[in-house]
Amino acid sequence: MNGSTRGGDGYVVFDDVQKSYDGETLVVKRLNLAIERGEFVTMLGPSGSGKTTCLMMLAGFETPTHGSIRLDGRPIDNIAPHKRGIGMVFQNYALFPHMSVAENLAFPLEVRGIDKTDRQSRVQRALDMVRMSGFENRRPAQLSGGQQQRIAVARALVFDPELVLMDEPLGALDKQLREEMQYEIKHIHEELGVTVVYVTHDQSEALTMSDRIAVFNDGQIQQLADPSTLYERPDNSFVAQFIGENNRLVGTVDRVDADVAYVDVNGTVVTALPVNCGDGGGNQTQLSIRPERISLGDAGDNVVDAEVKELIYLGDHIRCRLDVLGNDEFIVKMPNAASANAPTIGATTKVTWSTEDCRALDPAAIAAPKGTT
Amino acid sequence: MTDTVTSPDAGNAGAPPEDGPILAADGTPLARSLNRSVRRQKIRALALIAPLLVFVLISFIVPIVGMLLRSVDNSVVPETLPRTVVALEGWTASGPDDTPPPEVYEAFVLDIQKAADERRHTVVGGRLNYQTAGVASKFRQLGRAAEDIDTSSPEAAKAGLIDVDATWGQASIWQTIQTYDGEYTTGYYANAVDRNLDVDGVQARPDDEAIYLMLFWRTIRLSLIITVICALLGYPIAWLLSNSRERNANLLLILVLLPFWTSLLVRTSAWKVLLQEQGVINESLTSMGLIGSPLPLMYNQFGTIVAMTHILLPFMILPMYSVMKTIPPSYVRAAKSLGATDFTAFRRVYFPQSVPGIGAGGVLVFILAIGYYITPEIVGGTTGIFISNRIAYNIQSTLNWGLAAALGAMLLVAVLVLYWVYDRVVGIDNVKLG
Ligand SMILES: Nc1ncnc2c1ncn2[C@@H]1O[C@H](COP(=O)(O)OP(=O)(O)O)[C@@H](O)[C@H]1O
Ligand SMILES: [Mg+2]
Repeated sequence: MNGSTRGGDGYVVFDDVQKSYDGETLVVKRLNLAIERGEFVTMLGPSGSGKTTCLMMLAGFETPTHGSIRLDGRPIDNIAPHKRGIGMVFQNYALFPHMSVAENLAFPLEVRGIDKTDRQSRVQRALDMVRMSGFENRRPAQLSGGQQQRIAVARALVFDPELVLMDEPLGALDKQLREEMQYEIKHIHEELGVTVVYVTHDQSEALTMSDRIAVFNDGQIQQLADPSTLYERPDNSFVAQFIGENNRLVGTVDRVDADVAYVDVNGTVVTALPVNCGDGGGNQTQLSIRPERISLGDAGDNVVDAEVKELIYLGDHIRCRLDVLGNDEFIVKMPNAASANAPTIGATTKVTWSTEDCRALDPAAIAAPKGTT
Repeated sequence: MTDTVTSPDAGNAGAPPEDGPILAADGTPLARSLNRSVRRQKIRALALIAPLLVFVLISFIVPIVGMLLRSVDNSVVPETLPRTVVALEGWTASGPDDTPPPEVYEAFVLDIQKAADERRHTVVGGRLNYQTAGVASKFRQLGRAAEDIDTSSPEAAKAGLIDVDATWGQASIWQTIQTYDGEYTTGYYANAVDRNLDVDGVQARPDDEAIYLMLFWRTIRLSLIITVICALLGYPIAWLLSNSRERNANLLLILVLLPFWTSLLVRTSAWKVLLQEQGVINESLTSMGLIGSPLPLMYNQFGTIVAMTHILLPFMILPMYSVMKTIPPSYVRAAKSLGATDFTAFRRVYFPQSVPGIGAGGVLVFILAIGYYITPEIVGGTTGIFISNRIAYNIQSTLNWGLAAALGAMLLVAVLVLYWVYDRVVGIDNVKLG
């Protein structure tokens, strides 16, 4: 919940928002989030974590059960969706199938009473922006997925909204197209300076595109931070597990002193950075180490025995699966260097990592990650 | 077609030759080997559906073809009176009292004597009676008398026949036989459009006997009214069905389907209880003092429209529902997020996408309505009956099956024409039934 408590000001503010559909369970629990003007903020989380619900409350299609949402300083709870002036890209694009591309784009201008010549030039400009001019008279069904996506983005932007919401807009595209569109959306955002609230369950998408990412789980923001902080300094074990690749070691805190935690993992004591493990002894904790921060060798803060289980050649690097302190899913990424000291399967070797790269986090999600990721 | 010559350097058979058809691996043209491999599949598929096909053919196509044939069939006359038909050729009556030559009488008496033996003289009499009322009894009378007529010479036969009944001495009865002497006739169709076919051609019937065109028009008009009312009533219900929570939607759907679980007769009779002069509605309105005398709610077009709208409503709702269910809520949401008011979002985005459902429901209800029988029969009185009631009357009471078949065929053609028009205007591809 760190970083999400500055509910006071911002362009979009969620202030203590809760939402329940059935009166029994909270789908969104106490959401506090402030988004600056022009920012690209992503809500990232597993399916069912309440991301769409938050977006729908912002767009006005769901009402918060408690709390309020402010847009540009004004509470918007009583403003009808069509008066909020928020552009929205839906997961299935929601292009009107009975209208041509040009009619789809002209629709928001038409309902705003903009006259025909103005309408045409703005539609043309929007089409140019997404590099789709020449497709004016096609029906949505005659476009490929990527093209429909571009039209949906153009339609959400054609009436110059200051805020655009996108709900998993790239979910239906194949990998290559998705990456291409990520850059395009990012460029459009930079060009126009609109505020974007983006929803995805794909962490690499979130990392590439966002200024800040709010990691959702179970109706709560687990951490709100920029991509590098999120990756390098996760606050809790859920975030560590959800973002990027992560090696976990479960242990008991022996003691914490001078900003070093001594953790007993299956009888071996290792040192770690205490982040979220309490400050007393006896607590359960989960240690999190990124694979690229581990090396084979015997010089460093922590040196432990490892048995090589599997080697996967990936060109620029070699993935090495090891058995370390009872965890046989321990991954190490070795650069594919010229030196030929590559280990062999079944060999025992030593691995090492530094204390600050090993974060001692809460044990809460120890059982959970399999189910949530 | 067996052009398998390939250029010498075309090494493998799969490579496209310079010109000519593309070849399969064994050298036969690709199109042909594709046809061959597909044909076997087709034959197997056909064999699988053959029993169903035969069933459909026997139970559906055959009766329709039979009906179409019956509406033009006139074979009873040439088969029963073969000699008469030949003898009458070339004769034209010069006046109402002009009689055909004696040879015709002789041929006729011989025909009738044979027909009477086979007891078929009443059949031909009945057939001709549809054209000229009263003929049937003359033929029936001949069944007994024909045997005694002297056929030793044509003149004797003529005198004998006229002696039995003076009708045989007039031109009109012979003209009727002459008009209907062919294997096939258009007479039934003429009748079906309030015309009569006689020696002088097609004549309009007097106004007080003309009912079929009026009935056709009424059937189409009332069916259209019923379809429109069903669409107006059904649209909001279908919308509600497709937009409520699953549990509520299921309950609503059961309510919509409930009428299907009660007999059509019971439902129509229930309307009778409600609408009749001493019915629930009139009684309550009278007891509240709102009306002095009972309103005529039944045995007229109003009654037919009310009861049929109720009975056909589910047929409108279900296709609409199945179409609306497929319209994702995100379309309306998208429209609203783009700045459209609720009404604009409905009019510009939701409604156009629900049109195929209205089309499907409309076609279904209209086609059902146009051939409806029981309900108009029970609540329609004389001003609210449909053409099908008249078809049933011809089948059951006057036994004029040819006319009934002609009316039915015209109804069928009317439906097909409307279907065609609909296809041209709306496009049948836009209709979704499920
Ligand atoms: N309209 C709704 N009615 C009832 N429950 C809903 C509705 N929409 C979403 N939910 C529930 O709320 C939870 C969060 O859903 P959602 O916001 O769609 O998650 P996400 O977008 O993160 O996948 C899910 O458990 C889902 O079943
Ligand atoms: Mg979602």
